[in-house]
Amino acid sequence: MSQRHPVLTMTAISKIFPGVRALNGVDFRLFPGEVHALMGENGAGKSTLIKVLTGVYSTDAGTITLDGQQVSFAGPMQATAAGVSTVYQEVNLLPNLSVAENIFIGREPRRLGSVNWREMRRRAKELLARIDLHIDVTELLGSYSLAVQQMVAIARAVDVNARVLILDEPTSSLDADEVAQLMRIMRQLRDDGIAIVFVTHFLDQVYGIADRITVLRNGRLVGEYPTAELPQIALVEKMIGKELDALERLDSETDRDRAAIAAGEPFVAADGLGRTGSVAPFSLTIHAGEVVGLAGLLGSGRTEVARLFFGADRADQGRLAVDGAPATIRNPVAAIDRGVAFCSENRRTEGLVGELSVRENIILAMQAARGWLRPVPRRKQDELVERYIKALSIRPANPDMPVRNLSGGNQQKVLLARWLITEPRLLILDEPTRGIDIGAKTEIQRLVAQLSDGGMAVLFISAELEEVLRLSHKVVVMRDRRLVAQLDNDDTLDADRVMRAIASGAEQEGLEKV
Amino acid sequence: MSTARTRLAGVTGHRLFWPLVVLVVLLAANTVYRPSFLSVELKNGHLYGSLIDILRLSAPLILVALGMSLVIATGGIDLSVGSVAAVCGAIACLYISEQPDQNSLGGVLTAVAIAFGIALLLGAWNGILVAGIGIQPIIATLILMVAGRGLAQLVTSGQIITINSEPYKTIGVGHLLTLPFAIIIALAVTLVVALLTRRTALGMIIEAVGGNAEASRLAGVRSRRITFLVYVVSAACAAVAGFMMTANVSSADGNAVGLWVELDAILAVVIGGTSLVGGRFYLSGTIVGALIIQTLTTSVYAMNIDPQTALLFKAVVVIAVCLIQAPAFRARFRRRQAPGVPPAAPVEKQKEQVPA
Amino acid sequence: MTTTPLAARGPRAWWRVPQRQVPVLATLALLLVMYGIGVSQYRAFSNIQVVFNIFIDNGFLLVVAVGMTFVILTGGIDLSVGSVVAMTAMVSASLLGDGVHPALVLLIALLIGPTLGFAMGCVIHFFDIQPFIVTLAGMFFARGMCTWISSTSIPITDGFWTSAAQERIRIGENFVTVSVLVALAVVAVAAYTLAYTRLGRNVYAIGGNQQSALLMGLPVGRTKIAVYTISGLCSAIGGILLSFYTLSGAPLIAVGMELDTIAAVVIGGTLLTGGSGYVFGTLLGVLVLGVIQTLITFDGSLSSWWTKIVIGGLLFAFILLQRLVGIRKK
Ligand SMILES: Nc1ncnc2c1ncn2[C@@H]1O[C@H](COP(=O)(O)OP(=O)(O)OP(=O)(O)O)[C@@H](O)[C@H]1O
Ligand SMILES: [Mg+2]
Repeated sequence: MSQRHPVLTMTAISKIFPGVRALNGVDFRLFPGEVHALMGENGAGKSTLIKVLTGVYSTDAGTITLDGQQVSFAGPMQATAAGVSTVYQEVNLLPNLSVAENIFIGREPRRLGSVNWREMRRRAKELLARIDLHIDVTELLGSYSLAVQQMVAIARAVDVNARVLILDEPTSSLDADEVAQLMRIMRQLRDDGIAIVFVTHFLDQVYGIADRITVLRNGRLVGEYPTAELPQIALVEKMIGKELDALERLDSETDRDRAAIAAGEPFVAADGLGRTGSVAPFSLTIHAGEVVGLAGLLGSGRTEVARLFFGADRADQGRLAVDGAPATIRNPVAAIDRGVAFCSENRRTEGLVGELSVRENIILAMQAARGWLRPVPRRKQDELVERYIKALSIRPANPDMPVRNLSGGNQQKVLLARWLITEPRLLILDEPTRGIDIGAKTEIQRLVAQLSDGGMAVLFISAELEEVLRLSHKVVVMRDRRLVAQLDNDDTLDADRVMRAIASGAEQEGLEKV
Repeated sequence: MSTARTRLAGVTGHRLFWPLVVLVVLLAANTVYRPSFLSVELKNGHLYGSLIDILRLSAPLILVALGMSLVIATGGIDLSVGSVAAVCGAIACLYISEQPDQNSLGGVLTAVAIAFGIALLLGAWNGILVAGIGIQPIIATLILMVAGRGLAQLVTSGQIITINSEPYKTIGVGHLLTLPFAIIIALAVTLVVALLTRRTALGMIIEAVGGNAEASRLAGVRSRRITFLVYVVSAACAAVAGFMMTANVSSADGNAVGLWVELDAILAVVIGGTSLVGGRFYLSGTIVGALIIQTLTTSVYAMNIDPQTALLFKAVVVIAVCLIQAPAFRARFRRRQAPGVPPAAPVEKQKEQVPA
Repeated sequence: MTTTPLAARGPRAWWRVPQRQVPVLATLALLLVMYGIGVSQYRAFSNIQVVFNIFIDNGFLLVVAVGMTFVILTGGIDLSVGSVVAMTAMVSASLLGDGVHPALVLLIALLIGPTLGFAMGCVIHFFDIQPFIVTLAGMFFARGMCTWISSTSIPITDGFWTSAAQERIRIGENFVTVSVLVALAVVAVAAYTLAYTRLGRNVYAIGGNQQSALLMGLPVGRTKIAVYTISGLCSAIGGILLSFYTLSGAPLIAVGMELDTIAAVVIGGTLLTGGSGYVFGTLLGVLVLGVIQTLITFDGSLSSWWTKIVIGGLLFAFILLQRLVGIRKK
């Protein structure tokens, strides 16, 4: 490989944000026809490196060459024109335009100078069909789930004939099947000689596809390694910069006694709860101290179930009981009053207030519950915020930093902290470990286990089956916006059985599809 | 030496630095034109002078701009403030003019109370349209802006109501503790609003709603209630401003009171550093902004420039203040001055934008 | 098995009106209802000429509102339009008064607006200052220029201008003026531009999310400057139409017109936050304002203050109904 010329080299790149040295003399090179994984903890500087490359940020020092020519892009427009196609972290598309347009805007097929809508729709449909996505391309993008949007973003990036394709955490909101599709496409492109930069926190994906790995830590380059020569353990150690000790200890702790937990009165009980056009009526109980895992494919209705429990959407069928007494939860305020907390999967639009500081974002829910007349005393704020910044290792540990300047994973931790300080009785976590590095992920899983041991009920939604199985007492399977199975997490339950339930939707006592 | 430099950087980097510089420049220009400008004298226990006049005349604008800051912080805008001021001024004057004894304190207080009550209703109307029905703020308040002018004229029957009431006049031109009464009112309201927003959690919650309404709702904030509230506060501030404007001239002209004050107020808020897309708001900045605009208006009058040409001055000053505050502009400027110093990072403005 | 779940959020029924067209259709329906009320109240209202007169009286407003639609679609706002209209009319009147050839006057008048718009767009884009402020300064500037040119109204007697103003284009029994044709042409060109050109699509993209548009490699800066230039051009055309209409240039004409324009655009279903709306909606919005005016003139008995109150009331009723219809359809 070394005798070939790199298509891209970045040398001694530095980038300073006010108060943060995000990149410090980082080197990076990329060869044609390789998949190059860019690894590092949350806030290590991966996204910043990418944005410096594509001209979103200007460099403070360092040079970039593309095909041996020194370049300095003034913005993504120039980068795209030069053959660098990028999917940025977080979906950056236009929710107000149709799916087809989101794929083709900027390079619409034209006839006699005017946009050829029919051709555009046809090509969009074709392109999406190739990645097995069969949706109405004339619908607004915003009406689809995050996962679909992510796939559309990938389709857009892949369709331009680029020499360099950059994918910043494209898989964090995808399911196994979509990930497989993406891997297939990446292999195809690699074989066509395209150079691919791939950022992810999933180690198995890295070992599944990457040829080489570059590791960043705290804005510095740790090293560049051929994947074959870097065992997983070594990679993690290089990322976190210390011996990994406690990472895999969790398994033994999760031997939960479900019978004892389920003995008493459930904390919440949904009876035929549903919402037209969103989720079919379902019944589900969650006990104090119980972790209920919600499994299912993307768009199967997992998030919608959570939103009904939280009153983010209003149920139009069925009943809900809290502590055995009938309760109507019409809005989030009512839910929070009853001790329900909801950590949304969509942190950017439904979670954080980007302009406010880390501190303000963390105390927002607690403050809202107290009413504006009773501000949380400054000392208590400091104490709480400091505790959770430490507990979740939010970096940089500066409570007064606007939250939008944090890296993706650290933003997720801030959102989690917001709900943890309210000490809810039922914590609904929708994809809480999305985009979170491996160290923090274990930390969060441990936290969930600990909280439920302390008597908190948890509804845990995750696309990672393994994680769901490891944490839950009971696994609830969704399919096509229906609850299709409830499986006790005993010794006999494994990923295979859950997969089967997801696939066939028929596992248990009359819950089958009608 | 280096500490001195960092301290200097700290001062020039402060949000209020450039607006204050502009204010000082304006005052200096006035002093050059008319050296007596800065003199303040004590007559009959009252302070007099051009500076005091500017303060007194800026009181209504400060009030309106305070309310406007809160509305803008939620991502809204209130175009109806001028009309609300006109309606309230007209109602107060009408009530007083119908009193047998226009100088009775009780009558004036009742008049003010009635008009204030009406203002709260008008604010509630705006609040319901925006927060309850979900109409875009600019249109919702445009309705009251248009209809309110009509209402004010209806109250005065299209005439100019002249009154002769000492207590009412005090609101505009009276003195208390050597200072004009209007300044004291403006100060008091400023204090109340500041305490209300910064000593309680109201300020932060308003900023959260303005920054990302859906996220705030899901965090348990009663976003609609907050939005409703700010329009009521804005109308209340406008009403007090209306009292001052009419008391200043002891008459109410439904057509003229508070005309275009909404634009001045919005300008004051923006010059003060608050963004029109909502989110963070800065009351101190708003007040400096209001002072800049009033100083400009007053100087233009003092220099006998005709009001239309005066608009050109306003345009220049507004653009100048915004330019020197704009990070993008300063970055350009600095780059040219000192090559090698890195330009500032592109400012990420979009409000729900949380780039990773 | 992989395909169904992702597809689960497709369209619900074939007859469903696309969501983004609901506001425009609601406006259309309500406009027809309002017109129906007018016809049932006043017999003369049913005369087609009434409709044509609405176009004749509001041609310049329509043109300016079209320009404003571009700006609002990007999430911006242009407060300078009223003053630019006045300035264009003033410049035309004063140049014509000096005996300059009408063709040259037309050219100059058509250049002023876009130039100012271009300048404002540049300040907005390069220095990242809020459009509200920049265009407010532009408004002050243009209005100041008006009085600088002349503090009193200047009449126009030029032959080309008067014939353009008085030319009646017959349609059966009735007639329209040149202005109406110009205005409709502007509407058509704008609708085409927004729907079928890259510029137009980029306008929607920026309104949807400027940051995303930037990251997707779209020419954000160029587009933003372009929309303010377009708005300036439309204001210039509007100014010329206005000078046809009044055959004069007056320094204080079209004060507050920016608010009428914004109201028309928003009533037409365009979101002030940008990214969603149609030129056709703006046309309807202008018609709504026109019908309200006409209703009031037909009544004829209202004092000036009652007129304002009634305008406010009708505006409110209209927007309220529009909301209700919109919610129902969702
Ligand atoms: N616009 C900004 N202003 C200030 N600081 C920033 C900005 N963008 C990023 N940073 C900081 O730069 C550092 C690197 O962030 P970056 O987004 O590159 O991390 P990352 O490696 O992509 O992490 P993650 O895995 O969480 O996405 C972080 O400390 C972050 O807080
Ligand atoms: Mg990142």
